Amino acid sequence: MKTMGFADAIDDALAQAMVDDSRVVVFGEDVHGLRTGLFVRFGEKRVRPAPISEAAFVGAAVGAAMAGLRPVVEVMMVDFIGVAVDALLNHAAKVEAFSGGKWKVPMVVRAPCGGGYGDGGQHEQSLWGWLAHIPGLTVVVPSNPADAGGLMLSAIEHEGPVVYLEHKLLASNMLDFLGSGGRKTVQYDVPAEGTCGSVPDGWMPIPLGKAAILHEGKDITLVSVAVGVHRCLEASAILKKKRISAGVLDLRTVSPLDKEALCQAVSRSGRLLVVDEDYRDFGLSGELAAVVLEAGIPMRYGRVCTEETIPYCREFEHQILPSTGRIVDAAIKLMDR
Amino acid sequence: MGPDLWLLYRQMLRSRRFEEAVTDLWQKGRISGEMHLGIGEEAIAAGIVAHLQDGDAMALDHRGTPPLVMRGVDLSLILREFLGCADGICCGMGGHMHLFSREHLTASSGIVGSAGPIAAGFALAAQHLRPGNIAVAFFGDGAMNQGMLLESFNLAVAWKLPVLFVCKDNEWAIVTRSQHVTGGNLLERARSFGMPALEIDGADVEAVWNAAKQGVDRARKNNGPTFLLARCIRPEGHFLGYLPLRRSLESMIGMVGPIMHSLPARKGASPGERIASLGSITSLIGRTLTEKYSKRRDPIHHVRQRLRGEKARLNEIEKEVEKEIQQAVERALS
Repeated sequence: MKTMGFADAIDDALAQAMVDDSRVVVFGEDVHGLRTGLFVRFGEKRVRPAPISEAAFVGAAVGAAMAGLRPVVEVMMVDFIGVAVDALLNHAAKVEAFSGGKWKVPMVVRAPCGGGYGDGGQHEQSLWGWLAHIPGLTVVVPSNPADAGGLMLSAIEHEGPVVYLEHKLLASNMLDFLGSGGRKTVQYDVPAEGTCGSVPDGWMPIPLGKAAILHEGKDITLVSVAVGVHRCLEASAILKKKRISAGVLDLRTVSPLDKEALCQAVSRSGRLLVVDEDYRDFGLSGELAAVVLEAGIPMRYGRVCTEETIPYCREFEHQILPSTGRIVDAAIKLMDR
Repeated sequence: MGPDLWLLYRQMLRSRRFEEAVTDLWQKGRISGEMHLGIGEEAIAAGIVAHLQDGDAMALDHRGTPPLVMRGVDLSLILREFLGCADGICCGMGGHMHLFSREHLTASSGIVGSAGPIAAGFALAAQHLRPGNIAVAFFGDGAMNQGMLLESFNLAVAWKLPVLFVCKDNEWAIVTRSQHVTGGNLLERARSFGMPALEIDGADVEAVWNAAKQGVDRARKNNGPTFLLARCIRPEGHFLGYLPLRRSLESMIGMVGPIMHSLPARKGASPGERIASLGSITSLIGRTLTEKYSKRRDPIHHVRQRLRGEKARLNEIEKEVEKEIQQAVERALS
């Protein structure tokens, strides 16, 4: 085991995949600058900077994957995926179904996501639930370096299209690039265990659709992804002092969803609190409730999500993003009922 | 009749001093997130905004401060927004990339290329509701590879929309050299849609003003859109705090570390390809540093040289602008 940063772990696993399989290529906006190590090691043919043409280069990734490559295509931020949605919604996600299962699209769209550094509502969205809504898309959202590397390997090996989202509060290079810009005068609520941690000496794939129980709890189950997982862990520690045993489940992939792990945890605790940095309405939080209820498991339910456009102002932003304080309050409310 | 260079100089200087004040506040951590400055683009903004009238609209990119300053938006309201205050121009919701002023019919967006369709829509509304009014779209050369922008060129020509498409060409697409990711010639590309396309030195405010006049007149007479390609240099690069411009040991290590680690790594590209990659990175850094420190083609210097005969008048304007900005900052911070 060794220690590695979140973003380094992704790049390291990606490098391993590139060594093992010459069909793996990387392209996207500024990849020579953002992935300097890969650019130097694998050369411009395999790590290729793209024009600001998301519709074209994400669309090209679909074609390239259909024709034999395994592209890892980078979009500067998940918000900018809006420009390329057609490629994902109507093409990447549909080819396998349209071809009767005979033709698959093994591509990864890698995009930074998430807020908490004051960049405004067009640059801090999460959108994992919105993307996972589309049948045919796999959506991966890791919360720590070890998962980030292992899941990247699985995403590349997967035969279908995967959206791989890296939260900017975890990927320190992105936070430095877009948030602090080298300033020592700004502070962010960065979860230490998420940004840096132990990783295996050689990367092994972590199966897609497998959640991780990070903390067992008998009174309530907190479920989240990415930074939300760390807020849940903090909340769980605070709740423990209040004699509430709160378990924490890290979904790791939003789609496919680990329904079994979710249902097992909730059937034990009888209470589900979803912590989702993505938008509340019509998204992941409602989906988790539906899954549990469809399984016939009685429960009390609550959610702490982003409910509106993310404000630029740091103070307002903090109020609307799921925070440890909001999670604790919501958990206590669920216990009282 | 030609432009009033004194007025244009004042506007450019207001924008420059304002953005210098913004830089200071950003460095102090009072402004969050990214900060994209229009330093180096002042002549383009001034030469175009000077032609605008009540009822004209602007669609701005993520670098929209100079046109807003020159359009007469309250400076302390902009600053209050940047500071994240509830009484900022967008109530602290937008920040510098998402600035809106309904009364000035001005919108901004951080989605590259999106100024094109929005300006086309503003122009369509003008055609129906405010004949004689026009819309301006400001965007960079990086946006010229964005489908929505090119589609809006076609739309504007097909519907004869009163738009001025202004491409501020600094030869960069974020931190990638545009020429490495762009085919053909931008001027010919715009012309191929069937609209006049003019190339100008974006550091020469008089040249911008003259070209803009042609485009604006044409649009006001309902003769359709015009494309301006204004060359410029932005010394701060894509945004404040861009790694090669940080001048700290830490940032040097941050840049060199991954390279040193990857250059000799077992398995990967051939030594030749690795050296080629290293060469491209070195050349990008070199170019960034040259643009920062060469002071070449500074639009403010350019126009000031034209006016240098009247020192007293220059001094007076400069003092007035200093005072205006200082007061705006004081008001914003109070």
